[in-house]
Amino acid sequence: MSIRSDFPILARQSRGKSLVYLDNGATTQKPQVVIDAIDKYYQQHNSNVHRAAHELAEEATQMMESGRSLCQAFINAESRKEIIFTRGTTEAINLVANVLTQRIKPGQDILITELEHHSNIVPWQMLAERTGANIKAVAITDDGELDLNDAAAKLTKNTALFAFTHVSNGLGTINPAKALIKMAQDVGALTLVDGAQAILHLPVDVKDLGCDFYVFSGHKLYAPTGIGVLYGREALLEALPPWQGGGEMIEHVTLTSSTYQSAPYKFEAGTPNIAGAIGLGAAITYLNQQPIADLVAAEGELIRKALAALQQIEGFQLVGQPTERSAVISFLIEGSHPNDVGTLLDQQGIAVRSGHHCNMPLMTRLGIPGTVRASFSLYNNEEDVERLIAGVQKATTFL
Amino acid sequence: MAVSMDLEELKETFSFFDDWEDKYRFIIDLGKDLTPLADADKTEENLIRGCQSQVWLTHQLIDGKLHFQLDSDAHIVRGLSAVVLIASNEQSAEAITALDLDGLFDELDLLAHLSVTRGNGLRSMIERIKHIAAHS
Ligand SMILES: Cc1ncc(COP(=O)(O)O)c(C=O)c1O
Repeated sequence: MSIRSDFPILARQSRGKSLVYLDNGATTQKPQVVIDAIDKYYQQHNSNVHRAAHELAEEATQMMESGRSLCQAFINAESRKEIIFTRGTTEAINLVANVLTQRIKPGQDILITELEHHSNIVPWQMLAERTGANIKAVAITDDGELDLNDAAAKLTKNTALFAFTHVSNGLGTINPAKALIKMAQDVGALTLVDGAQAILHLPVDVKDLGCDFYVFSGHKLYAPTGIGVLYGREALLEALPPWQGGGEMIEHVTLTSSTYQSAPYKFEAGTPNIAGAIGLGAAITYLNQQPIADLVAAEGELIRKALAALQQIEGFQLVGQPTERSAVISFLIEGSHPNDVGTLLDQQGIAVRSGHHCNMPLMTRLGIPGTVRASFSLYNNEEDVERLIAGVQKATTFL
Repeated sequence: MAVSMDLEELKETFSFFDDWEDKYRFIIDLGKDLTPLADADKTEENLIRGCQSQVWLTHQLIDGKLHFQLDSDAHIVRGLSAVVLIASNEQSAEAITALDLDGLFDELDLLAHLSVTRGNGLRSMIERIKHIAAHS
């Protein structure tokens, strides 16, 4: 059942040992079919989209738009018009934060949480600065779960928007997204879910979730960098103004004014990342052919094994004990800095991330400088876990 | 600084390492030999920005020579700081300005620690030392 051999990079060495790649939270590796799809596009179909009437342009447009349809089906969106291609999660959130400017009134609340990645914090701070709104954040418990009572208290009639992560990139916490969205809807707030860490590991159904916006990056889903998706409810997208202006997004232009296309093109100014959209389509096609539920279950089993063994190591301190954990193990080794551990693992050919993981407010809340984070993907195996355990064990002998 | 080793001895020691373990154990031990900075010196002003780990640097000019003290909350960065100190401590500003620390890290096969992602703290520390020398 292993999909490992589909990912050519996993056969390489790092620091003279076979590579153990456990930095999937930062980005995932790419299967050969995705690499081939991008290659083939440039070798046989490269052309600009939506513009010319020639055969190449038709092919490129068709390939990119089929990527859009695959994304639509993948998250069960109602319409292809609800799928806007962006550079990634960050750009998708910035897009929403910008087009909401006219809707937010001074004194209203924008609610986030203490778990958020900087890209789900800073664009809202900038929006608050433009509009005079306030930023509030749902507190977490010491285990690293959202405090639902605090969420209920902070969601009020004054809340314009609730933006929260589906899965925490720092701790792996799976948030009860559907319940949170319901709570926000009950007070009339818009909702944005940051799906960057969820999209590969959880089945995502935007209709069932009921959110207004859902965002994710292709590169955390076996697709290339520089492509991501903003899902938005169609009626809402139609009512919102465009963000960037330029080619592709217009219907008619005079020297003094323009009329715009409808969604999604209204929000896609300029030549898009065509190869990226095709690569994302190829990644989703690839995933659709895999027994995802089984692979995710196996991944969960690996993580449970890893956790059990790591917790036997003297000095190992698990950071975050959520009841619902996705593919992340965050930890510290007593008496050392996360970067020490990261360096010592790297020397053993084990790629993890150490630091604050773009979660500075979360680290401040936990009172730590950062963590060492081993983040898994569907291709990780028992050997990776054994190497990680041995690697951490060895690191402790240095520190 | 309590590191009782000069640059030639350091280079010679490094030349004997044939695996990463001995090398990193040695680097960590070098760091442990550094005299820790007093808490009073761990000020915002002495903190070097751009580090994922915290690094503090103080200096004094005594009889025309610059005396540095360095500390960090991370073992490996502290050890690498000791390497920088062995090369640069108690020298004239001109000598420090002329120092090729990149060359030294390359020679010791530690250049990766000066890379943009990982060593930027160390890189900032070297820049601060060079800056102090240039303005002394
Ligand atoms: C939860 C979360 N949100 C947002 C991002 C930002 O994604 P990107 O850098 O691809 O825009 C990441 C990725 O690091 C993430 O993990």
